[in-house]
Amino acid sequence: MPVRIPPLAISAFTATSAAGQGRDALVAALRERRSGLVPNDISSRPLPCWIGRVAGIEAMGVPGPLVPLDCRNNRLAWLGLNQDGFLGAARAAVARHGPARVALVLGTSTASIAATEEAYRRYDAATGFPPGLLEPLLHSPHSLGVFVQAVLGTAGPCVTVATACSSSAKVFAQAERLIRHGLADAAVVGGVDTLCDSVLFGFNSLELVSPEPCRPFDVRRRGISIGEAAGFAILERADAAPQAPRLIGWGESSDAHHMSSPHPDGLGARRSMEDALARAGLALREVDYVNLHGTATPKNDEVEAAVIARLFPATTRASSTKGWTGHTLGAAGILEAVIALLALEQGFVPGTLNCDELDPHCGPQLARDNEPLAVRFALSNSFGFGGNNCTLAFAATAVH
Amino acid sequence: MELDLNIAGIGIWGPGLAGWAAASPVLRGEVGTATDAATRPAPALLPPAERRRAPESVLIAVQAATEACAMAGVDPATLPAVFASAQGDVAITDYLCAVLATAPHELSPTKFHNSVHNAAVGYWTIAARCHEPSTALTAAADSAGAGLLEAAVQALDRGSPVLLAVHDCAARGPLAGIVAQTASLAVALVLAPAAAGLHGPRLRIRPAPAPLAAPPLPATLDALCPANPAAAALPLLAALAGARPARLTLPAAPGCLLELVLDA
Repeated sequence: MPVRIPPLAISAFTATSAAGQGRDALVAALRERRSGLVPNDISSRPLPCWIGRVAGIEAMGVPGPLVPLDCRNNRLAWLGLNQDGFLGAARAAVARHGPARVALVLGTSTASIAATEEAYRRYDAATGFPPGLLEPLLHSPHSLGVFVQAVLGTAGPCVTVATACSSSAKVFAQAERLIRHGLADAAVVGGVDTLCDSVLFGFNSLELVSPEPCRPFDVRRRGISIGEAAGFAILERADAAPQAPRLIGWGESSDAHHMSSPHPDGLGARRSMEDALARAGLALREVDYVNLHGTATPKNDEVEAAVIARLFPATTRASSTKGWTGHTLGAAGILEAVIALLALEQGFVPGTLNCDELDPHCGPQLARDNEPLAVRFALSNSFGFGGNNCTLAFAATAVH
Repeated sequence: MELDLNIAGIGIWGPGLAGWAAASPVLRGEVGTATDAATRPAPALLPPAERRRAPESVLIAVQAATEACAMAGVDPATLPAVFASAQGDVAITDYLCAVLATAPHELSPTKFHNSVHNAAVGYWTIAARCHEPSTALTAAADSAGAGLLEAAVQALDRGSPVLLAVHDCAARGPLAGIVAQTASLAVALVLAPAAAGLHGPRLRIRPAPAPLAAPPLPATLDALCPANPAAAALPLLAALAGARPARLTLPAAPGCLLELVLDA
């Protein structure tokens, strides 16, 4: 098993999704059990389903020098960076540590593919891609990393993790290793994913999209509602921010089972949780809250529910928050890490929205309603296509 | 700060570079590339059905990765895997965007799940029955350096070998007018910390203040270098093929340069 790692301070964090722009809006939506899901009005052709759409992106711009990289994904990145004072905190961290000592590790699954989709819709055999969509980096899965690096001015390692729906959870693990092994003194981590035809029609082709708002862990669940989100966090050594919450562990694993279906016994999910606990030096009974992957596909929720029921004591609380935000794919890791951090900060466990009748695979850990709880230790699960799993472990400052 | 490793295994697949044995004399400049070389490998690790229908990115990455593991004498199931690619599989992206532009409801579910950037490493872990951590990265033109850095850090973190595969494919369709990739190439290394007890040339990686002039590659490879981002790894492979010490620089990101010190 992995050995314990020193905790890192999470000196700033933010998230923007259909459930709200910035932390206060997200907390309010969670507390009031107000879902951000709306009927799909974004795909290029009709597709009856519900989506977690961030309002106002169409009217936005990006900073002048970055106009060649203007696209929905980078606009959402810019919107997300401008919440909760994050942009200022990140630039201050770059100034404090020096640009070369700050790593930038971001996750995405869609990147700016929406721009490539548009270029194909408007493609002309005689003249090629239309003006405004000619920048090669706009058609790169690394477009998010390029954009955010230009905004923040970092000069350390800058890389995009693209492992589908575990992408922006794995960024915490990769950044932690870079800091502990001396490649960086701080890291900006995060992820951005945007609604586009690729994911809407793609998941629809796999018959994984629900015609109604997603209902995680409900016995009558019918699949996912796709959402979009941006989220960011700053990781530094613990002494840099004594009052900040902590990243205390991470676990990563591969199912080695199927490209788009989880291992039936949750083998990889279990391993990523156990490895995160080992690095955190935590016992199962110490875990107060688990933010589940909980996509509302029949298979994911069945497998994940069974693993949680087998592994954790009845006192651990567990929930999926995708009823608020939809499944934000490559941004789900950071968005749900932020929700876990808010649970630590705010002293409550968000329940599982839209879950009326629990799947019988669920154990007593599954929280349907919001519950007040002094959360000391929280986990967040993110599982992706290719059987790619990641679990993060967080602690309130005072307890670790 | 220095990352100290051994290169325990090497694999390669590209035009005229069908495996390490065939590629070594090309990289040494002793022979030219065979222009009629097969570019679509059939990696034995994949089940026969996957060998026939898997996307090119999966085939070339798995082929190079299999070869590197065999040279290192390690079971692929035991290695964490870091796959780095600038663009993933452009042919799949081209298919996806073309269908979405015309008949989005006809999208193939298999092509969709093959479109994720981690398709190659996903197929690899399934074929190798590998439950270890796996990841798929991109850093655009700097993907080779970013992948090398991540694999090296993971190897030292675990104290055991890690598989690195760097791969990119020729662009197809309208994207070929934008993405300047005209050849397909995959390179794989098994990187091991000294503690792992695997043999192979010693490689040290540290931050570099400024780029070093790279020794010229054989002229036969001139066309490949601008045609594929994975070719950024070829100067290291040329030094390995020549069994000669080398000091090279490789960018991991804009402003973030790595110095590679290879012992003979």
